[in-house]
Amino acid sequence: MNIKNKIKITVNGKQMLIIPKLSIRNLITKLKLPVNKIAIELNKKIIDKKRISKIQLKKGDKIEIVHFIGGG
Amino acid sequence: MIDKKFKIVNKTFKSRLIVGTGKYKSFNECAKAIKTSGADIVTVAVRRVNISDKNKARLMDYIDPKKITYLPNTAGCFTADDAIRTLRLAREIGGWKLVKLEVLGDKRNLFPEMIETLRSTELLTKEGFKVMVYCNDDPLMAKRLENAGAVAIMPLAAPIGSGLGIQNKVNIKIIRKQTKLPLIIDAGLGQASDATIAMELGCDGVLINTAIAKAKNPIQMAEAMKLAVISGRKSFLSGRINPNLFGSASTTNQGII
Repeated sequence: MNIKNKIKITVNGKQMLIIPKLSIRNLITKLKLPVNKIAIELNKKIIDKKRISKIQLKKGDKIEIVHFIGGG
Repeated sequence: MIDKKFKIVNKTFKSRLIVGTGKYKSFNECAKAIKTSGADIVTVAVRRVNISDKNKARLMDYIDPKKITYLPNTAGCFTADDAIRTLRLAREIGGWKLVKLEVLGDKRNLFPEMIETLRSTELLTKEGFKVMVYCNDDPLMAKRLENAGAVAIMPLAAPIGSGLGIQNKVNIKIIRKQTKLPLIIDAGLGQASDATIAMELGCDGVLINTAIAKAKNPIQMAEAMKLAVISGRKSFLSGRINPNLFGSASTTNQGII
């Protein structure tokens, strides 16, 4: 696909170009992340992981994907 | 004397030692230290995944949350809003409701910001979280946290990672007298004897990270801490002798030649 057709989103503070109407589940698959070990925020709202196939990303969306790391 | 069970909310735990998972050289070392420590609760933090390195190792691949209780923390949060956002995300990862709240107020001494901590405790409790609260060793604030719904009071021994040991035994004793909630010393312990002292003061448990993770031999220190906690607990339950300024001979004078 032509780069002009792609839309810009921000994932964990980094800009990313994706195809329009990509679902959050597709993005997670593309990033090779295990759904059961992460949590997702879309524009500062926590997304229920059961709904990620239904939500399509739009231009300018800001996504945060977190997991557990070592901590005290 | 038979010890009562170590219970947080309604869950019983075998070990009174809670271990942090930060600062280890590797996840492998961390997993080994936890196993050796006998801990059945570990603290974990919530951070962004690294999207550029997809093959990076993940904590959950080394420490199985089905076998050991994950206690998500709010490390690095300086406001109630940050802490609540972090714990909501932690809950979304896998349904964790038992959490460790830690709202800091100063980047250098890492002391807790108690006004924000109290506010967060109230808000999180209303949302259904079971909040174990990292706090200062102030008995009045500990009481307010208890009234706000905290499920465990976790005063510091000294600044996080300092290894200084318990600096204010009197306050810890006063907090012990006033609360029936689990009292867990969190932060500032440096060596096994510090953990023993905490337990001898009547605390229900201790939470240790740096003292194990940054020891020259973390695995051996994990074992030392395990034994120190058991030892301190038994010592507390056994009822120590009254301290006396003068000597009292262990051997009778009867039959002396």
